[in-house]
Parts: sequence; structure tokens; C-alpha cells
Amino acid sequence: MRVGLFVTCVADLMRPSIGLAAVKLLERADCEVVFPENQTCCGQPAYNAGDRLTAQQLARKVISEFADVDYIVIPSGSCAGMIKTHYEELLSDLPEYRVKAQWLAARTYELTDFLVNVVDMDSFDTTFQGTIAYHDSCAGLRELNIKEQPRKLLSHLAHVDLKEMAGAEQCCGFGGTFSVKYGDISSRIVDLKCDDLEATEVDALVLGDLGCMLNIEGKLRRRGNHKTKVLHIAEVLTGLVGEETE
Amino acid sequence: MELTSHQFKSVSSAKLKDVKLQKALYKAKDGFVVPRAKVVADLDNFEEIRQAAADVRDHGLAHLDVYLEEWEKQAQAAGTIVHWAESYEELNALVVKIAQDNQVKKIIKSKSMVGEETGLNQYVEGHGIEVKETDLGEYIIQQAGEHPSHIIAPATHKSKDDVADLFAEKHQRPRLDDAEKLTHEAREILRPHFLDADMGITGANFMIAETGSTVIVTNEGNGRMTTTMPRVHVAISSIEKCIPTLDDFALMMRLLPRSATGQVISNYVSMTTGPKRAKDNDGPVEFHVIILDVGRTRVLGSDLREALRCIRCGACMNHCPVYQNVGGHAYGWVYPGPIGSVLTPAYNGIENAIDLPNAATLCNQCGVVCPVKIPLPDLMRKLREKQYERNLKSSAEKWSLRLWAYLALRPKLYSIVTRIMARVGKLLGGDSRRINHMLFGGKDWTRHRDLPAPRGRTFRDIYLNRNKTTNR
Ligand code: SF4
Repeated sequence: MRVGLFVTCVADLMRPSIGLAAVKLLERADCEVVFPENQTCCGQPAYNAGDRLTAQQLARKVISEFADVDYIVIPSGSCAGMIKTHYEELLSDLPEYRVKAQWLAARTYELTDFLVNVVDMDSFDTTFQGTIAYHDSCAGLRELNIKEQPRKLLSHLAHVDLKEMAGAEQCCGFGGTFSVKYGDISSRIVDLKCDDLEATEVDALVLGDLGCMLNIEGKLRRRGNHKTKVLHIAEVLTGLVGEETE
Repeated sequence: MELTSHQFKSVSSAKLKDVKLQKALYKAKDGFVVPRAKVVADLDNFEEIRQAAADVRDHGLAHLDVYLEEWEKQAQAAGTIVHWAESYEELNALVVKIAQDNQVKKIIKSKSMVGEETGLNQYVEGHGIEVKETDLGEYIIQQAGEHPSHIIAPATHKSKDDVADLFAEKHQRPRLDDAEKLTHEAREILRPHFLDADMGITGANFMIAETGSTVIVTNEGNGRMTTTMPRVHVAISSIEKCIPTLDDFALMMRLLPRSATGQVISNYVSMTTGPKRAKDNDGPVEFHVIILDVGRTRVLGSDLREALRCIRCGACMNHCPVYQNVGGHAYGWVYPGPIGSVLTPAYNGIENAIDLPNAATLCNQCGVVCPVKIPLPDLMRKLREKQYERNLKSSAEKWSLRLWAYLALRPKLYSIVTRIMARVGKLLGGDSRRINHMLFGGKDWTRHRDLPAPRGRTFRDIYLNRNKTTNR
């Protein structure tokens, strides 16, 4: 099956290892991975800022780039949520795109959802080991129902021990431009997240979304915590963590 | 009530630094969230009930004219005197007129958010009539000269110590430090007022068209006394509170107490249908209902209509990460939290509450708990769209968005710019691999946290290069 990878603008620029890990997982599942070279962003920043026109242009761009794949897989709950739950509404006044948006939405999967519910992957080749907590990112959890999928995948890793943290489903305070426009509120919210995380005493926080990753990792480091790793689940499942990928 | 939402940023910053408030908020959060989760989990069909309730509200709102007329007909048949008010001033003036017509000197009042909207207490007191709030939270707020910070727990921003100090000062009695004793003291002080008030004012959680009733849902019993003891009872409500039938009301009651306080049923549910009849033992001689429409009809005809389903349970604010940390006063009007971020601009003008719809992470913790399934994040996004259309966004935000969009729509240029950013970012990160100081918009990020540095190359470059190599 032909699987289009939408790597997301954040992973592309900030953490390419996530994209490489996603490719490795998909190839391991015998998928033919295609990476449309012209992809940039799903349009969510514009959509959430109220700039509908720009969001529509970017949505149409994504739709045309992924017109010939069986699935589109995204290592981010919030970008997958954008395509799956918002494109149709966003393009509702452009009838010819509305249908395409529905088509795309039906084929779009967040990475862990795809690995569990489409290819049913249960063995992994990873060197990662340690204790972890899992942060349920808002869009993944509340738009796409991503809750059990990552836990199921992680349960197959013999050397990974998941300890559930308090407030795992609580927002980390990122919220896109919210994190800079209302920086002190955002900062307080992520501080509480870090408190919960540190109380859990694990080697790494694992998650499936990129904004939260930058926010929580950035806050931990600013607090002087250089020990707790913040990793994308694809990195954990493949062992492709950080520098080894460069 | 005076609108101060334009000060959201500065007020919320101050609230974050208010240690006492933070403690109170932290306590309140657990007090609401945990019990709600428990009673919701006890139901095996909560989602179905929510959907049914949303449908009932939508149906009622779609035919609101019909149901309001039906309600009025039934209410009048039961002897209720019905008034309609199209402005705050009109509602306040009606209350004063009813009071004056009945030579009222003292009013006891049970909680009403509509009354908060119109600034009723101040207005009535300005006409020389005494008003006593009798809901414990409202009483505390009235004594302190403040506004409610939560729609069902108005004094939730206050600690027990705050209340102990306040009561000692206002009641001129020795300071108590036990919550139960404080409650008893308030009760003792309020009891005589119940006995000698000439008029009672309540809100109304619902108006039931089928029976012409108004309903209040309370926990303290003060509401029941307010509706039954004084000679005159005035209920104030607003048009969207009208629901078609008693069955619909039963449905709402499966959701309201559970969502609000985590109770299966509240301590009191008082339904008033007309004044005291000849065979009744108690009840008011005169019963007035004043129904307000400020903003509601306009919202009904707009794409924010779903907000009118609200049954004022407070769950959205209890679960909101922003509200949980800044409290209700920061929002600057009657309704705080997510529903306030929609209703405040919707009722008062978008330009007068620019921050509110933006000061949200769109995490949807509100939307998933709302008992009538109001898509609060979607409504906040719609308000952001309206701000954008009306050019109400800051120019910094607009231009950074434009620049970003320009690049995102030009993939070749985008790949070059991101390639440079990845390299520069890596250099900036240095050995620690984090950037702790950025300029321009980035400044607001690094003021509070580091930015994990990019790794030097974009995924696009690594992947395409790798494929080129393997294909060769
Ligand atoms: S919007 Fe929903 S959750 Fe919020 S107060 Fe209204 S009914 Fe309750």
C-alpha cells in the first residue's frame, strides 16, 4: 500500500528524527512510503488565527499533493486532527474541494493510530530502554481518540516501562500562538505539567505531538531539568533519537 | 456590569502572581473536576444523554418564538405577570417599579447571573431599596463589594481565611476559622432578613413552556425561601432559558447537577408556576417574571447560535487550563471561562473583548465536558475569524502570519529558508542544543522557556538526499 508521509512543518525543521523514525516504521510495515516534496504546512496556524483564506489555500495544497496515495500518515495528532476533523468545514464553501476533503479525511491517520488499527504492528526494532510517562496531547486525544494506541505500541517494548503520570490528559499550555501571545499563562500551565512529570520520576516523557514537545522540553530545560528526555513515540519505537540521525 | 475584558492581559498576569488566589483556584479545581468525573463515569450512557440534551436545546432554540409564546400563555393562565425587557436599563427599571408599586423596603435575592449582567443590585439600591444576597457565595461577594468569579460558585476565588476576616469585620463579631461555623454565622445573620423582606428576586435556570413555570436549581435552600416567603416574587431570566416540556426539563436535570457540582441531584429544585393560590399554604401573592433579551436574538441568528444552548453548569470553566490558573475575574465580565470567551464578545461587541477568544489553547477540555455539547473551541475560532475579517488583529500578528503564509505557499523558497533556519538554529543552540534567547516574536517564547534547537538539517534534505544516494 502506498502511504504518503506528511511529516509536518515542525518535525521537518526542528526534529527530523521523528520523520525518519516514521519512515522506518512504515517501511517495516511493508508500506511503500511516498514523501511529496512540496509539502509545507497543513494550514492550522492560519486556521486558528482566523485567517480562513490562507488556511484554505494550504488545505487545497495538501489535498492536491496527496491525491494518489492509499493513506496519509502524520506523526502529529494536531495536524492529523486538522485534516481529519477541520478540512471539510474549512472548505465547505468550495463544493469541489469539500468532497476531496472528505476523501482525504477518511484516509488520514495519526501515526500510532495507523500502526495499531491499519497495519497492526506488534514488533519493533529499537534500542531505547527506560521508564517513561505518556502525555496525551489535546488534539490527538480529543479530536482523534488517540489514547490506547500509543500505549498498545509501547507495551510491545520489553525494556520500556510506562508509568502513568497525573494529569496526563491535561493541556500543556502550548496552543500555537497562544504560547507567545499569552506567554505567562502558557508558562504557568506548562510548569504544572512539568511538576506532574517530575513527580512521576521517569527517564523520558513520550508524546505524539510536536508543539507540546517543544513546549514541555523547553520548559524542563529552563527549569534546570536536563535529565528528563522528551521524545516522540516514533523515536522511542525505532531508537532513532536525536543525533544518530544526523 | 461594567465590561473590563480589554484588560485581560494585565489582569490575568496579576492573577498569576496572586498566591492566595492560586491556592483557592487549585482547591476549587479538584473540588469540581473529581466529583464530576465520578458521577459521569457512573452513567453508562452519558454521551447519549448529552446528545439528546443538545438536540432538545437546538429544537427549542429553533422554535424559540413559539415556545416563548406558549410559555407566556401558560404562565399568565397561572396568574404570573410577564414582562419583557430589551435592555438592562429596562429590566432594572421594571424591578424598581414593581418594588415601588408594592411599597417594598427590603429585597432578598437568590443568585441570578442575568441580574449581574444588568447590574441590578446597584440600581435597586440607588433607589433606596435594600437588597440582601442570600446565597452564601453571593452574600460573601456582596459583603466584599466584589463580583462573582464563577457562575455557580461566585466566591470560589476566596479562601476560608478571606471569608473569616471579612465576616469578622462586617459582622463585628469574633473571628471564626471553621467553615461550618462561618456558614452558621451567615445563616444567623440572614434569617431575620428572610422574615421581614417584602420581595424576593431569583433567577431562573429554565422556563418550561408546557407549564409556564420557572425553575431554580440550588443547594442551600435560600432560593426556596426567596421564592416562597416574601409577598412579591420576581424571577428574572433571559429568552434562551426556555425549554419546551417537563420531560425536557427532566433530561436537563440529569446533566446539570452532575456537570456542575458532581451531584446526582441538587439539594433543591424549585419550580414556580404562578403566585399563591387560595388553597396553597405559602407562596407570594404576586409573581412577576421579567425576560431579558439583550444580545440573545442577535446570537440566535448568527453562526454562534450553539452558545445559546448553555445551561450554565460551569463545567467548561472548571476544566479550562486558562481559567484554572487566572480565575474568573480576569475575563472582565459576568461569564468567565470558555463560555464567557464566547458570550462576552457576542453580547458586548467583538471589538470590546478581543483577547478572550484568543486566550485559549483550543485544547477542547471544555467542549468534551459541556453537557449540551457546545463546540466552544470552534466558536472561539469563529470569533477569531470575525476579528480577522474586521481587521482587529494586531499588526505584528498579521504580518508574521502573512510572511509565514507567503513561504508556506512557495515550497521551493520554503525549503531554502527552512534549510537556513535549521543550520542557524543549530549554531545558536550550541553544545547545550537549546536556544534561550530569541528576538522579535520569539522573545515571548524564550522569556518563559528554552527552545530545543533544530538539528542542523531539515527532514526534507536528509530524506531526499538519502533517497538520491540509495537510488544511485
Ligand atoms: S458552555 Fe456548556 S459547560 Fe459551559 S457552562 Fe454552559 S453548559 Fe456548562
